[in-house]
Amino acid sequence: MTRSPSKSKRFGTSMNDKLFDGTNVIVMCIVLIVTLYPFLNVLAISLNDSNDTVRGGLTIYPRAFTLKNYETIFAYQGLVTGFYISVLRTAVGTLLGLLSGSMLAFVLARTDFQARKFVSTFLALTMYVSGGIIPVYMLMRDLHLMNSFWVYILPGLVSAFNVFIIRSFIDGLPYALQESAKIDGANDFTIYWRVILPLCKPVLATIALFLAVGQWNSWFDTYLYNGSSPSLTTLQYELTKVLQSTTNSTDYRGKNITDLVTSVSPESIKMAITIVVSLPILVIYPFLQRYFVKGMTLGAVKS
Amino acid sequence: MEAITNHTKKPGGLKRNGFWFKMLQQKYLYLMSIPFVIWVFVFSYLPIWGWTMAFQKFRPARSFWDQDWVGFKHFVDLFSDDRFFLVMRNTLAMSFMSLVAGFTIPILFAVLLNELRNQMFKRFVQTVSYLPHFVSWVVVAGIVTKMLSIDGGVINDILLGLNLIDKPIQFMGEPHYFWSIVTASDVWKEMGWNTIIYLAAITGIDPEQYEAARVDGAGRWRQIWHITLPGVRTTISVLLIMSIGHLIQIGFEKQFLLGNPLVIDYSEVLDLYALNNGITQNRYSFGTAISIFNSVVSIILLFVANGIFKRVTKESIM
Repeated sequence: MTRSPSKSKRFGTSMNDKLFDGTNVIVMCIVLIVTLYPFLNVLAISLNDSNDTVRGGLTIYPRAFTLKNYETIFAYQGLVTGFYISVLRTAVGTLLGLLSGSMLAFVLARTDFQARKFVSTFLALTMYVSGGIIPVYMLMRDLHLMNSFWVYILPGLVSAFNVFIIRSFIDGLPYALQESAKIDGANDFTIYWRVILPLCKPVLATIALFLAVGQWNSWFDTYLYNGSSPSLTTLQYELTKVLQSTTNSTDYRGKNITDLVTSVSPESIKMAITIVVSLPILVIYPFLQRYFVKGMTLGAVKS
Repeated sequence: MEAITNHTKKPGGLKRNGFWFKMLQQKYLYLMSIPFVIWVFVFSYLPIWGWTMAFQKFRPARSFWDQDWVGFKHFVDLFSDDRFFLVMRNTLAMSFMSLVAGFTIPILFAVLLNELRNQMFKRFVQTVSYLPHFVSWVVVAGIVTKMLSIDGGVINDILLGLNLIDKPIQFMGEPHYFWSIVTASDVWKEMGWNTIIYLAAITGIDPEQYEAARVDGAGRWRQIWHITLPGVRTTISVLLIMSIGHLIQIGFEKQFLLGNPLVIDYSEVLDLYALNNGITQNRYSFGTAISIFNSVVSIILLFVANGIFKRVTKESIM
């Protein structure tokens, strides 16, 4: 450790270091381009005149700028309904998911709780064993959750993974807080609501993001359970229909929107809907970066 | 104090510190958890009861007691179906490919991110790299199809521009490309997101180690090889072992959305096979048999993975 490198060696190392740094920056720029180009390309097409788009060759800026594609899609009732349902399921699903997750986490963080071991194991098993796609489908049918808004909310309401992340956060809070509240005569629910919940804001922000992204991006439950009720379809599902319309034009469920697509330029419509579907989350996530990075790390350590 | 109160009885006749007394004391904890226990029972455990369908000639209109029982018939059918082996091949191939690519590339990316000198640039690259994680598979499938399309797809444009090909390749219609397209899409979507854990592990490495290596004249590559990579070794092995448990549960969204009738022989995975049989063709019992096979194999793999993990780290992940 005491031996010092010769001058020429040190020079060589710093040259190598510079070469390394330079190459690294170039690699990162390639990553940036590969990640961003598709989005910019989609944005450009969505803002370009649809007749002009057919000529091809669009890159990252619109050649003939227009907002007409967006006007067209928002004139389509299915999309407006889809937007409304997507917003609603995201709001309700996130709120109820936070409530159930934090409540269970609070209970499971209490080492003196009699049924703790049972509830914890009961919940943890769900992470490993699942009934599978057909039994779940049959259950939803038996519970009359087909063609219902609640099929978006109820099945995923309790997530073991989220519960354990919140619990490990609560474990990190000083237990003395709960004890002193108890001495003041607070019952367990009050302790949860007044003492613990406000302190959990950082972890709840993480979980809220996970839940909201999951709800907003989900399309398969719509396809499986609510595909035949136009008043309950989500934005993602509408997009699926449009995107599949060229590859599979005989899809009976996609009838209305396929008509729409063929009446204008399919390309522009597809891209405009893609932007509408992605934008809300893309605008929000950079501001929550601090939280989800922490949440992911916490979850990885604990599970 | 404890000893005295232990024997005094409450007016209700419940012994202090007895089971029922404690239960009464913890009534709020029970009230706050029992509804969710019931919930979990209904939505996660009841479907397992549905496994009985696989042993019946299930007819939806009949009650449980009126079904005809057929034993293992559906499983025999399953294992003698040629399609099943095709589907298993697809499932394992894509699972293996995403395991290999999904591990090496994010680790490499995390290491390179960590080496960036300019912190502003590093943060920017990180933020951008998380972006695709937040869009749905529907959107990603749309984007991938667009980028690979024969009219105006950027990949074909580049290949044509470089004179590597004479005419555009119909990527989405060529069965042999399907596995690679799925794997590449997966990497594109999740690469940045998967670095989070590795970067957190790298942050935990003692900076003095790098200092010492620099004094010894180690270049950047040697520092990465001898300090950074060993530093994240535990994280890598934990994640690797855990993903063995999910080897055949690879999901079906990507395959569903990127697939089309032209490539079905390469795109159909276990869950899609269950879906196509169980719901599209109303073969509920057969579909359930596929689901059971899927779950049972996953559980076995999970125990195997946990066994390896216990041996390696003397700890359990379950």
